[in-house]
Amino acid sequence: MIEITGLVKRHGDVVAVAVDGWQVARGEAWLLAGPSGSGKSTLLALIAGLTEPTSGRVVVGGADLATIRPGDRDRWRGRTIGLVPQRLHLIGAISVADNLRLAQRLAGVGHDDARIAALLEAVQAADLARRVPRELSQGQAQRVAIARAVVNRPAVLLADEPTASLDDEHAAHALELLRAQALEAGATLVVASHDARVRPLLPRAFVLSARPGPLADGGAAR
Amino acid sequence: MTLTGLAFAYARRRPLATALVVALAALGIAIATATLLVSRELGERLHRDARGIDLVVGAKGSPLQLVLSGVWHVDVPPGNIPHAALAELRAHPMVAGAIPLALGDSVRGFRIVGTEPALVEHYGATLASGAIYSRPMEAVIGSEVARRTGLGVGGRFAGSHGLAEGGGEHGDLPYTVTGVLAPTGAVVDRLVLTPVESVWAVHDSHHGAGAHDTGAARSADEARTDDDGREITMLLLRYRSPLAAASLPREINKSSALVAASPAYETARLFTVFGVGLDLVNAFAAILVGASGLLLFVALAQALDERRYDLAILRTLGARRSDLVWVLLAESLALASAGAFAGLALGHLAVAALATWLPAAAPLANAATGFVPEEAWLLALALAGGILAAAWPAWRAARMDVAATLADG
Repeated sequence: MIEITGLVKRHGDVVAVAVDGWQVARGEAWLLAGPSGSGKSTLLALIAGLTEPTSGRVVVGGADLATIRPGDRDRWRGRTIGLVPQRLHLIGAISVADNLRLAQRLAGVGHDDARIAALLEAVQAADLARRVPRELSQGQAQRVAIARAVVNRPAVLLADEPTASLDDEHAAHALELLRAQALEAGATLVVASHDARVRPLLPRAFVLSARPGPLADGGAAR
Repeated sequence: MTLTGLAFAYARRRPLATALVVALAALGIAIATATLLVSRELGERLHRDARGIDLVVGAKGSPLQLVLSGVWHVDVPPGNIPHAALAELRAHPMVAGAIPLALGDSVRGFRIVGTEPALVEHYGATLASGAIYSRPMEAVIGSEVARRTGLGVGGRFAGSHGLAEGGGEHGDLPYTVTGVLAPTGAVVDRLVLTPVESVWAVHDSHHGAGAHDTGAARSADEARTDDDGREITMLLLRYRSPLAAASLPREINKSSALVAASPAYETARLFTVFGVGLDLVNAFAAILVGASGLLLFVALAQALDERRYDLAILRTLGARRSDLVWVLLAESLALASAGAFAGLALGHLAVAALATWLPAAAPLANAATGFVPEEAWLLALALAGGILAAAWPAWRAARMDVAATLADG
């Protein structure tokens, strides 16, 4: 599902992330580990096509992102990638349900309120549909952010530090929710985290070193 | 939920800034609309009322005052001229036609004009009911006079001294309405027409009473220059040929007692003066609209900083750069068009209110209900302002580095 080859992303002279090779099969759940500043978020952005590599290839679902035109890549992203950002940011001017409707609209899929209702029910947020984000607790916002990420049944679900600032119970619940929703959507899951509590919960891990470069253990680590 | 819906939601989320932008734009557009409607209506009326009148001949004094009082009936005339001047000028080879006017009295603020039926024909007026007067103390009234006074054919009224409301009445010599004119949109709608002899008769009945301050009868005893000693207030002349414009006014002005004024020239002169006032009002309106545009720009630029993460999230959800541009543009256009439409409506309402509550502005009622093409330009201008205000914030949004924004948190 995800194939990365000889990937380097530089910001000027600084190497933000470098990955020799990484392959993720369809339906797998991976931990993208590494300390702060190792380039986890950048790698997620590269997989999502939000930024372009300085060199190397990123292939997602058989599509080489370098060959997709920027405008088409945006629509592709909306349909293929679900992203749970680190800040769990929801659009504050509109309701929870409208946040999900907007995700459907931007992906170019038709409005499917039944899907939204079912999803909010699944993440225990059915009663939050009409609320605006500022009325939500951190845990509620996280559940809604996950629902928004999977509303279009993406092939790849990316989560950036989903357990940051959560206690053990909520962290475990968030991960369980991510895995369950990825499974339900048939999505490949990649969770970027430097949180030690996450590692035991995900079967595979890809570790980025503090100083980006070739991986010390040659790729995946369990 | 569409991107346009999102733009509206953003606007609703900042009610104070939104209201201020819309209110300022609306106020500016309203002022511009009102001045546009008033000046256009005024210009049309001035030209319509002066059409077919090449020269106004009256007593020595201000030519503008002569035209204002004789053509538009909004000022007091400078004085009287001998009735004999009518026959003299009618006989002049350069004159195709001359209509006498004798002013002095009014009824409920509407001027009583001693004249000939030719004035009715001059304005292309037709009778809605009754007939043209045939003897002194009979009158034909304009449609506006009939509407406001309730007078109709057979109705009787007494003239009041002077050209404004409030003068003493000539109760002993009442007029009888013989006809009511159909609306023309011209000044004749607001006039009471009667034979010149009626004005003389009213004066004669009050001879020595000192009742008149202005008008045809005022100086009747002071300047009996013709054989019958009668006076009129002025003459409306039509040239036999356009060439007369070069010599006839000069020839008349050489006469010690008469002044010839060209309505076309005086209208242009009036508009030069009037135009300065209009320019000032329009400048004020432009400042308000400009301030609104600036406020909109600041609000959007500030909103962009507040919404950077929102916009980045939209990109992760599949929004194109052009979609982000549209979100900001749609919000700006929504506010600008709300201000513009509210302003246009307010402008019309203001003119309507003026026409309703201010009797002198009653003729503006038509302007309040009609639309002029320039209003489309005001709308276009407001929308262009909206686009301009959103241009820079939208450009920044389109160029935003999504990955860096998400990483910055």
